[in-house]
Amino acid sequence: MASKVLELNGLGKEFTLRILNDKRIAALHGINLSINKGEVVGLIGKSGSGKSTLMKCIYRTYLPSSGEIWYHSDALGAIDLATASDHEILHLRKQEITYCAQFLSVIPRVSALEVVMAGLYGRTNQSGVGALELASDYLARIELPKELWDAYPSTFSGGEQQRVNVARAIISNPKLLLIDEPTASLDHKTKNVVIEMILELREKGTSILVISHDTFTLERMCDRMVELQQGTIITPLISV
Amino acid sequence: MNGKVDQQWLLKVEGLTKIYGSYNENTVRSTGPEFNSNICPETNSIVACADVSFELFPGEVLGIVGESGSGKSTVVKQLYFDLEATTGAAYLRKEDNTLISLLEESNARKRYLRNHFMGMVYQNPREGLNFRFSSGGNIAEKLIMAGMFNVQNIRGRASALLDRTEVPVTRMDDKPASFSGGMQQRVQIAKAIANNPPLLFLDEVTTGLDVSVQARVLDMIRELQRDLNIAMIVVSHDLSVIRMLTDRTLVMKNGRIVERGLTDQILQDPQHAYSQLLVSSLL
Repeated sequence: MASKVLELNGLGKEFTLRILNDKRIAALHGINLSINKGEVVGLIGKSGSGKSTLMKCIYRTYLPSSGEIWYHSDALGAIDLATASDHEILHLRKQEITYCAQFLSVIPRVSALEVVMAGLYGRTNQSGVGALELASDYLARIELPKELWDAYPSTFSGGEQQRVNVARAIISNPKLLLIDEPTASLDHKTKNVVIEMILELREKGTSILVISHDTFTLERMCDRMVELQQGTIITPLISV
Repeated sequence: MNGKVDQQWLLKVEGLTKIYGSYNENTVRSTGPEFNSNICPETNSIVACADVSFELFPGEVLGIVGESGSGKSTVVKQLYFDLEATTGAAYLRKEDNTLISLLEESNARKRYLRNHFMGMVYQNPREGLNFRFSSGGNIAEKLIMAGMFNVQNIRGRASALLDRTEVPVTRMDDKPASFSGGMQQRVQIAKAIANNPPLLFLDEVTTGLDVSVQARVLDMIRELQRDLNIAMIVVSHDLSVIRMLTDRTLVMKNGRIVERGLTDQILQDPQHAYSQLLVSSLL
């Protein structure tokens, strides 16, 4: 029997724009969703349907307005990410949950190699391989030209940035990976490389929630799909 | 919580309040963000900060953001004993797990605590450095206060620290007055970390520096934080500094904390009207 890693119960998110006369924007309503250990769930839907909002609520970059987000942590047991303390969230982000945003956002003046190594920083249970060695291995696998390793990713092409971003998110073998459009600006060959790397993570037991508009990526990666429409889950039209 | 999150807090602040002038029982409740003022209408006393409570964990970086006069510097200055608190409490946990009640200590003990457990970097290098001493002498002063007396050791450590903060060691015997602003700031940082403090306060450390100099100082602080795992409180009105350095953030206005949260949450999903205004004002 598969064990649940993540379970959303009635998750809702509404933004209140206090500087625009408390204008309210409802982004998510009553989301119920669960993800098992080692399962890859694809999140699809039109732009503005709430996919990234849902992901950011799980990572707590957005504060959920209602509902629960139960996560089964190795260190903390069952914990509601909607109400966990900031300190607990920071711990989980360091040790168990990673988020890979649609666009790479990095601290300025940090090299590609350091960006990827930072994915390991603060984590325990290393495989024994040194961080530098492991990060080099990942950069080689994502086929980033070697002369770019010590350069700043802000100067990279969209596809190169995206691969660095993915490498940073997966290098630590997280328990839960939240990944937003990992293959959007990649050519067919590098797309395949990224998909292979993510699938390898699944083999190691990582549970993955992935947002994508790309049918090829979704079909290769996902065990099942969930579709969002105006902030609500509907029965998906495409299935795998 | 089942206590498995790695550690306990290092610093706990409860109800920290600083009022200038004579005040009465209505002062605190008639000031604050809901009145958009920190001046008591009855007594004209000024509430620099009130009811400030938070915890800081070992190795964590906490940001305090807010406009001028919001009370953010007042908070760290009270914790570093530059200012005396009006009311409130602050506890520092020592390595042996005993708690020190910071604000109740004698002046001599406060000096001891500051020299052994804390470091401070001020906006103005003149506040943190003695301009009559050489840069090496400034660091030596801090080392002597922290109990190091062997001259050879002091010189060795001072030059290592200057090297670490990228100040040319050949300038060790020069006075900071002859240094550029960025270099003065780096000497100040070297002095602040000389005693290996578990707790470092940074008060608007890049304000007034050119962007390229600012970048170098910020990079250095980030590196030091990562290498030495120092817990830091970073006070800044600049959200990019907060974004770059901190894990968690407190937003202050009119002497009160109006919002607290993970730094990425404060920047991407601010809840309070004032935080939303701050974030939307980002260039």
